[in-house]
Amino acid sequence: MELHEFTLKQQLDGLRNSTFSSVELTQNYLKRIKSKDPSINSYITVTEELALKQAEDADDRYSKGKALTLDGIPIAHKDIFCTEDVLTTCGSKMLSNFKAPYSSTVVSKLFDQGVVMLGKTNMDEFAMGSSNETSFFGEVKNPWNLDYVPGGSSGGSAACVSARLASAATATDTGGSIRQPAALCGLTGIKPTYGRVSRYGMIAFASSLDQGGVLARTAEDAAILLANMSGHDPKDSTSLNIEVPDYPKEISNDISGLKIGLPKEFFEQEMPDYVRKSTEEAIEVYKDLGAEIEEISFPNIDLSLPVYYVLAPAECSANLSRYDGVRYGFRCEEPKNLEDLYMRTRSEGFGAEVKRRILIGTYALSAGYYDAYYLKAQKCRRLIANDFTEAFKSVDVILSPTTPGTSFKAGDKKNDPIDMYLQDIFTIPANLAGLPGISFPCGSYNGLPLGLQLVGNSLEEGKLLSAAHHFQEVTNWHKESPEL
Amino acid sequence: MININQWEAVIGLEIHVQLSTNSKLFSGASTNFGAPPNTQACNIDLAMPGVLPVLNEEVLKMAIKLGIALNANINSPTSFARKNYFYPDSPKGYQISQMDKPIVENGHLDIELEDGSIKRIGVTRAHLEEDAGKSLHEDFEGQSGIDLNRAGTPLIEIVSEPEISSPEEAVAYLKSIHSIIRYLNISDGNMAEGSMRCDANVSVRKVGETELGTRTETKNVNSFRFVEKAIHYEINRQINEIESGNTIAQETRLYDSQKNTTRPMRSKEFANDYRYFPEPDLLPVILEEEFINSVKETMPELPNEKKIRFMEFYKLSKYDSSLLAADKDLADFFEEVTKESNSPKLSANWIMGEFLAELNKENLNIIESKVSAKQLGVLISRIEDSTISGKIAKEVFEKMWTSSKDTDDIISEQGLQQVTDLSAIERMVEEVIKKNPDQLKKYLSGKDRLFGFFVGQVMKESKGKANPAQVNQILKDKLKK
Repeated sequence: MELHEFTLKQQLDGLRNSTFSSVELTQNYLKRIKSKDPSINSYITVTEELALKQAEDADDRYSKGKALTLDGIPIAHKDIFCTEDVLTTCGSKMLSNFKAPYSSTVVSKLFDQGVVMLGKTNMDEFAMGSSNETSFFGEVKNPWNLDYVPGGSSGGSAACVSARLASAATATDTGGSIRQPAALCGLTGIKPTYGRVSRYGMIAFASSLDQGGVLARTAEDAAILLANMSGHDPKDSTSLNIEVPDYPKEISNDISGLKIGLPKEFFEQEMPDYVRKSTEEAIEVYKDLGAEIEEISFPNIDLSLPVYYVLAPAECSANLSRYDGVRYGFRCEEPKNLEDLYMRTRSEGFGAEVKRRILIGTYALSAGYYDAYYLKAQKCRRLIANDFTEAFKSVDVILSPTTPGTSFKAGDKKNDPIDMYLQDIFTIPANLAGLPGISFPCGSYNGLPLGLQLVGNSLEEGKLLSAAHHFQEVTNWHKESPEL
Repeated sequence: MININQWEAVIGLEIHVQLSTNSKLFSGASTNFGAPPNTQACNIDLAMPGVLPVLNEEVLKMAIKLGIALNANINSPTSFARKNYFYPDSPKGYQISQMDKPIVENGHLDIELEDGSIKRIGVTRAHLEEDAGKSLHEDFEGQSGIDLNRAGTPLIEIVSEPEISSPEEAVAYLKSIHSIIRYLNISDGNMAEGSMRCDANVSVRKVGETELGTRTETKNVNSFRFVEKAIHYEINRQINEIESGNTIAQETRLYDSQKNTTRPMRSKEFANDYRYFPEPDLLPVILEEEFINSVKETMPELPNEKKIRFMEFYKLSKYDSSLLAADKDLADFFEEVTKESNSPKLSANWIMGEFLAELNKENLNIIESKVSAKQLGVLISRIEDSTISGKIAKEVFEKMWTSSKDTDDIISEQGLQQVTDLSAIERMVEEVIKKNPDQLKKYLSGKDRLFGFFVGQVMKESKGKANPAQVNQILKDKLKK
């Protein structure tokens, strides 16, 4: 078996037992990136030199018996996380020349545990998209079928882990940007509770919805990585000052008696039969594992998309104001005056989808429209959160498909934003309520993977990870890998 | 002819006060004034991608103190909002401010008018916000420089109700706020350096009208004197406009202190729609009652309270009391002097007379005074115990100011002690009477006014050192005979 075929957990065991070195492991990935990534385009930047240096340091610590928790594990970071002195583009022309002057908390925490950074992964521009077609650095291909999209916005992170071009990857999720690509690429992806992972140094799209998380091959790998990037950060006022449980230990917790809720309104949505069938089969697996299934009601699901597409653009319209060509990043050629500098820098530096959302958000916040859009959306957001509160009175987790179907062909939805936005219909509610959600493989159709989503109550990542882990102990979907 | 008496002005002030914290409102960068450009701007102040604001808790305490001083409600929770506008000295493209839940709301301040009456001015709200950087247009040919040192410095904006009726009242209100923030030690209130800035909302209407006229906002008024002049100008301009059949445009104007006029800002210099919305990077702040109470315990005595205490305890006049209490350093100085001198009235006179005159002459503030409160107190007590006369005391004071010597040393070195030896004074009185037989004759024949002449001659003889009361008594006795 080649080194990249091992899961993160197996690699960690191998490094600890000196079966192989971090340099060997890292070189294996770097070689593979060189040969496979040109057709996938999952990386924007490969930090070869830094990776090998970090791997050598890790090996050195192993030989001295001073190894760190995740020492020598090579992973990739979504290019939304600031990395000191390394290009941090957020998939945009606007930051195509931007080397961050500091590292995000997530990256620093992982560096502190000896994690090796292979590079920075491609993504939809400023995390806005569900197909990774809006990146300034080109589309990312789905390793399962290169004509198909990997999902988005963490498409690069998903594609690189799926193609075994990294052991795992960091990612972010504002409306489904971890879970949807996880589903479309056959991975396990978890978006934790809002505030669990620090947002400091994670370039903001919609501040009240953004949350960092993990794309990995198994629930166990996700648990290991998440445990090491979570926790309170005084630099992020919205980060939760609550102790982080030992997720890798919690995944073994018994799930018999777990109460799984099926929101009937989710299943009333339009979806192909194969999605229904895979979901029903997954439910059967859980029944066999001793879980109890209960139908629940989620009356406000129809509000999710409209609420999201008012609030997220509103926040983004302000968050992206700082890209003005004055202090860093892209700046238009020879501006005639201040207005020209602003106008041309932003017209030339942002792509179409980003501009669309800035316009929507600016409109929604404008005098005379604020009450009808922003304020109304905030009220509806509360209704959706209430649906969850009600549901969690009777169930532990809420089960649904992650997406309304498998991946789609590149270009298929590119010119139909509404159809594209529908990709996130099942994932958005968790962001609006700030709740943790996980997606993991539960089937496949025409050679493309399908994902199952579980949403848990606040801070119950452990429950989600253990539910996914037990599923993976009795199924093989997560073990399948694309042929490249 | 315009009859100015037919008109009344309606004025509201927005006062921005820079809070004197060590670090910025949402970052750890220093707030010191005068550092080289952009050396006090960290990643957060530069609005680097991915950075987040963290509230400086010191600022909450300062705002609560102000709220208590303004008899206002302290809102809990209090929350922040984004105010969106593009300008190069606003690095995020929005300013973090407060909208719906300002930390301070519904207060009032009593100001003393020139005729001694008290007027209550409502304070609508005081909210926290971050300052912008500065655009530098001078040093760069065809370009502008941006200095972000000031970006993120904490400000509190104090908004008054439109209850001020004249430029003089506006200044009294502004001075009162200035005095309070200095007392609370939350700002140095230095208007020249921009730590206190004032915008004036002015409208006029015919006396008896109940509807408000259209208001203008005059910005950039950075001294007490300019506030008075700018409002004066604006009131007259508006009355003239209306009297000539024009209407007042609701607009933002800039005060030009050189020309003493106001002019409209170009519409591009300010945005119309700030698109406020709740700041998602900061949670609403809950101010526990316990916390507010702990801040309450640190409240100093405020100018008004001090004034009343000075009147009651030291028996000073209302005028003296409010003058001394307006400046905390001055009031403290007075109390220290009085502790030594045991004579509040004389101490107050000396401080507001000789002492302030000397300070003003050399353009010093109280802390920089060359005569300490203790020294001045000793000097005054020497007048009280008749060691020296008031006139000699002025000489001694001059010498104290220019040398670092102690009061008593100067008095004894220069032999300035008052002559209180009765026989010595008697001798001088007899001498003077003998030398002026004509005057004596006239006095005895009824010219009482000449008594003063004899006093003067005796004082002259004693080189001012004779005790005037004793001179009077002895002269009276001798002249009877």
